Amino acid sequence: MPDLRIVSDLYGVPNLLDLGEVPGEMAGEQPSGDGGAVRTLVVWCPDWPVTAAGIVDGVPVHHPVAVLRANRVVSCSPAARAEGVTVGLRKREAQSRCPHLIVVDHDPAREARAFEPVVVAVEQVAAGVEVVRPGVCALAARGPARYFGGEERAAERIVEQVAQECAVEAQAGIADGGFPAELAARAGRIVPPGRTPAFLSGLDISTLGRPDLASRLRRLGIRTLGEFAALPAGDVLARFGFDAALAHRLAAGRDDRPLAVRRPPVDLAVTGEFDDPIERVDVAAFAARSLAERLHERLARHGLACTRLGIEAVTAHGQELHRTWRHDGLLTTAAITDRVRWQLEGWLVRRDQRPTGGIRRLRLEPDGVVSELQLQPGLWGDAGEGRERAHRAVARVQGRLGPDAVLTAAPRGGRSPAEQVRLVPWGDERGERDDAPWPGQLPPPAPATVLPAPVPATVHDRDGRPVVLGPRQVLSAPPSRLAVGEEPPVAVTGWAGPWPVEERWWAPEEARRVARFQVSLADGRALLLALTADRWTVEASYD
Amino acid sequence: MAVLAPTALPDRVRRASDLARDRVAGGPNRVLPVAPELRPLLPALRRGSTVAVAPGTSSLVLALIAPASAAGAWVAVVGMPGFGALAAAQAGVVWERLALVPHPEPEWGTVVATLLDGFDIVVTVPPGPVAPRLAGRLAARARQRGSVLVPYGRWEGAELTLTAGQGAWEGLGAGHGRLRRRELTITARGRGAAGRPRQVRVTLPDAAGRLGPARPATRPAPTQPAPAWVAAGQRAATRTGRPDLTLIPGTGERAVRRA
Repeated sequence: MPDLRIVSDLYGVPNLLDLGEVPGEMAGEQPSGDGGAVRTLVVWCPDWPVTAAGIVDGVPVHHPVAVLRANRVVSCSPAARAEGVTVGLRKREAQSRCPHLIVVDHDPAREARAFEPVVVAVEQVAAGVEVVRPGVCALAARGPARYFGGEERAAERIVEQVAQECAVEAQAGIADGGFPAELAARAGRIVPPGRTPAFLSGLDISTLGRPDLASRLRRLGIRTLGEFAALPAGDVLARFGFDAALAHRLAAGRDDRPLAVRRPPVDLAVTGEFDDPIERVDVAAFAARSLAERLHERLARHGLACTRLGIEAVTAHGQELHRTWRHDGLLTTAAITDRVRWQLEGWLVRRDQRPTGGIRRLRLEPDGVVSELQLQPGLWGDAGEGRERAHRAVARVQGRLGPDAVLTAAPRGGRSPAEQVRLVPWGDERGERDDAPWPGQLPPPAPATVLPAPVPATVHDRDGRPVVLGPRQVLSAPPSRLAVGEEPPVAVTGWAGPWPVEERWWAPEEARRVARFQVSLADGRALLLALTADRWTVEASYD
Repeated sequence: MAVLAPTALPDRVRRASDLARDRVAGGPNRVLPVAPELRPLLPALRRGSTVAVAPGTSSLVLALIAPASAAGAWVAVVGMPGFGALAAAQAGVVWERLALVPHPEPEWGTVVATLLDGFDIVVTVPPGPVAPRLAGRLAARARQRGSVLVPYGRWEGAELTLTAGQGAWEGLGAGHGRLRRRELTITARGRGAAGRPRQVRVTLPDAAGRLGPARPATRPAPTQPAPAWVAAGQRAATRTGRPDLTLIPGTGERAVRRA
């Protein structure tokens, strides 16, 4: 309460806020008294989305590169910044400022994946690392500072470690609390203990990362964190709400949130080495059984279950076979044993690439690990049971013919019947349904048979001349006889079309001009024909 | 209560031997539903049975499996690279419970047998003439596992074979319209006592891609005459390759219309 009283006096005299020094010093007395804010070291990798794109996708990061989300620049490379590209620009504006700008889509998963090696590198020299977000990680500064003999040397050592291990440029900063430490890292500074509020007080209000609040405060004449921190906490809460009250604490340098230290992932994979290479499938399955038991024991000890399992077999001649199996529920010991057996059987019967020697090493690697409590069977046992049975049967067929042999249909946007269906290997992600309208889509009923490869056909008019499409999408003559492939011609009883489609005209290699027709034939068949550059093909059959 | 009509019984009274079969054949759901239009041919798809469809009418296969799929059955389709998945969805097949094995060769028999273990319905196109021994083994597997085997093609030994006659498409004119519906006659031929063929006339597919009842036979299907401008346009197109342009007097020079 006492600070509330003091600062409310200040609040009554707005001019005092501009003095700047006053709130800084005043707030400077507080954190040591709280004793909450921990000396924190933050490692910050500048322009991480761009760097991640460079690491994962091989984007040339020394060229102008911008990462876009929802048509806005979220990050750009130094070269792009030099050309005038800034965060928040629209794509078109960014490209107009820098015509040779390389544009990359924002992908949080890619950034997180690329950051993992950096975190591992930091963990090699310091314990207890919190990943704040991809590109930023925090750790308690005390341990490394003692070990390396000083905060400055610790920060140098960690930056050096990241540069050596991952060839990634990073900056480190130390301050009291995570939020000031990140700002210190951006500035590349080590703020001495107790000087954090003074360091913060001079910074712009936008560094809070709350644009709405910053704009409102700016209109009230508050431009720096120090000025904001000088406001009475109770009034900030009453006027701006909880989030602003939290921001107020941060601005005052009282970030006493403890670090949410990540636990390094345990290595759950189990490996079996065999001195005598295993020649028979049943012996391998038996060996897999004991491996599966070990894997289960290890998973159970951590209270985990896995939804995907990678099985890797290495022969005496160094051939490797790796396949990932998906499973909706828990993979039991028997299920793992079965999968190893199916996989090896499938490998043995494959003619093109049979193993040339016995199996020397088997490795089970759990992937997609979830907490065991999250796995729940279906509410009604029946539905889950049917799914279970079906998945088991499919897994066996996949073991025999390969994982791509069993497909399932998923919706996709498109015009022709073939385009509207995407066949995905069973067990893969199905993707979301696309509800966007597709003008020119063929109306139902859809053809019951869609030919995997279109069959050429010839269409003649009454006088025996081939029917072609004129420049204005008008047929040269009504079709009268149709011959599919080598079959004898059949009389056409009805036809409709052309339904012209001009697709992807903006990409010359993929551009397609197709006119589609429906025809019914004298023998009762009805076909979907396509006409491209005077070549008729049968795309589908309404049988 | 002297005599119960035998038709009233099947739902309530069951043989004791069926109970034992229930345990392998999936409990009390011993049958899978079929569309009302097909019920005169087969009241339901009995688990463990083999119902063949003669080649040439894929829509009939879709119409046969769709109600069961919508009711929760898992369906596998083996050896049909041209399976019209979109038409299947329109007929009512649920994609989430549909597995496709387009190219089971060279292990067609093993694949079908494996899938019979796990799926309620297995539709398969035999890769060629199937040896009676193998056909018998697959039928026995279906019987044992309580699945329905639906061979689409020549198949000896099916309990029931559905054959579709030549259909008549409606909706297509000379250069206009679109395929809307088809009427066809489906014939069911059984084995042994059920050998007498039965027929039903249906609309397959209807305008939404589903199986529907046939129109009453008394009224012939109306054929829409083509609008005059289409006919004229076609005539013109035959003559010159595209319609003539004529000047309409009194409306100014720019009012040019295709005659």
